[in-house]
Amino acid sequence: MSLYRDEGVVLRTQKLGEADRIVTLLTRRTGLVRAVGKGVRRTKSRFGARLEPFTHVDLQLYTGRTLDVITQAETLRAYGESIVTDYPRYTAATAMLETAEKIVVVEKDPALRQFLLLIGALRTLGEDTHDPRLVLDAYLLRSLAVAGYAPALEECAKCGSRGEHRAFAVHAGGSVCSVCRPHGCAHPAPQTLRLMVALLGGDWPEADSSADRHRAECSGLVAAYLQWHLENGIRSLRLVERS
Amino acid sequence: MYEGAVQNLIDELGRLPGVGPKSAQRIAFHLLAAETADVKRLANALVEVKERVRFCSVCGNVAEESECRICRDPRRDTAVICVVEESKDVVAIERTREFRGRYHVLGGAISPIEGVGPDDLRIKELMTRLADGQITELILATDPNLEGEATATYLARLVKPMGLKVTRLASGLPVGGDLEYADEVTLGRAFEGRRSLEF
Ligand SMILES: [Zn+2]
Ligand SMILES: [Zn+2]
Repeated sequence: MSLYRDEGVVLRTQKLGEADRIVTLLTRRTGLVRAVGKGVRRTKSRFGARLEPFTHVDLQLYTGRTLDVITQAETLRAYGESIVTDYPRYTAATAMLETAEKIVVVEKDPALRQFLLLIGALRTLGEDTHDPRLVLDAYLLRSLAVAGYAPALEECAKCGSRGEHRAFAVHAGGSVCSVCRPHGCAHPAPQTLRLMVALLGGDWPEADSSADRHRAECSGLVAAYLQWHLENGIRSLRLVERS
Repeated sequence: MYEGAVQNLIDELGRLPGVGPKSAQRIAFHLLAAETADVKRLANALVEVKERVRFCSVCGNVAEESECRICRDPRRDTAVICVVEESKDVVAIERTREFRGRYHVLGGAISPIEGVGPDDLRIKELMTRLADGQITELILATDPNLEGEATATYLARLVKPMGLKVTRLASGLPVGGDLEYADEVTLGRAFEGRRSLEF
């Protein structure tokens, strides 16, 4: 039995047997880890709330045959408290956790940038300085970019010609020029594409000044683009509420 | 793989919550070795529960008539409703003897990751019960974990315009646990010390 230590964000928990839980985490060094938390559901559990979703924990685990087992957990930061008191924030945060798990996919393959992106997004969400849906869309776009699926926004996804193109084709990889444009394109407002550029690049002053209808259009495009790239889709996206 | 009937039983048992393939196999062979009368009693209990038990038309708790024992009891306070996730939480709270009002069983908690949204729970039924203006206090006794908290947040926001008193069980209930595991004393204290939610 080999012990290891890492820190990670709890993405999901599932009941196991009488009182245990399977805890899925995105860790700093190991990547995606699925591990057993023994006795977590008992109210006198020594783990308490430390293995709840959104918690950033310092962990000690030992490598098991199928699942690793968590032997110690200390909270580094509990993002859940600030998130759960606001429903739109909670649904946005849940969609982030589900996306993190589905975009990293492979277990125990280090994904440091995805980890940093996730804790950054959870922190921003908890600080309540931007519209939760904007924070979510920024996270989704950057997470796709880190995974190698950044949408083309300032050039044509097919021929690469620079400029702000009026058509957007999810299956072609983003904006497309009038020559390359396939059938069934979306035609978003130029402001919507600019909002996507701002979110991808972290330009918050620009993103915060956007209009509601462009935010809604942006969310729709980002969701469609994400669902196209992730085979199983993100279930919780349907339940994200606008504040 | 086993032949016919045995594999069939293992497959059926394996679909139960918390029963993995190994446990399913262990239970199946336990049943094979057990007395026929014992196994028949178990089979009858399974059939009977499906035939006799239904859900209370008022609160959603398990019941053997159209309304459950608690909703039919005239001594229960009709002005207070305690919202819980499951029928087993009703049992846990009844054990404390702290609560004399009625219940509303949601049938789970909001869990976007499992695809469970507000529309999948008995929230519309709760709103209908609140609409007649008889209720003065709503106690949110969803589990003290993240999904339970989020469900309480959602409900508190939803009923806010109705202007009734909305309370949440006091802390002291360990966060991260299931309500059903809380002992009577702790749960009783959480009831006594429930706090108003301000949104
Ligand atoms: Zn082109
Ligand atoms: Zn009832």
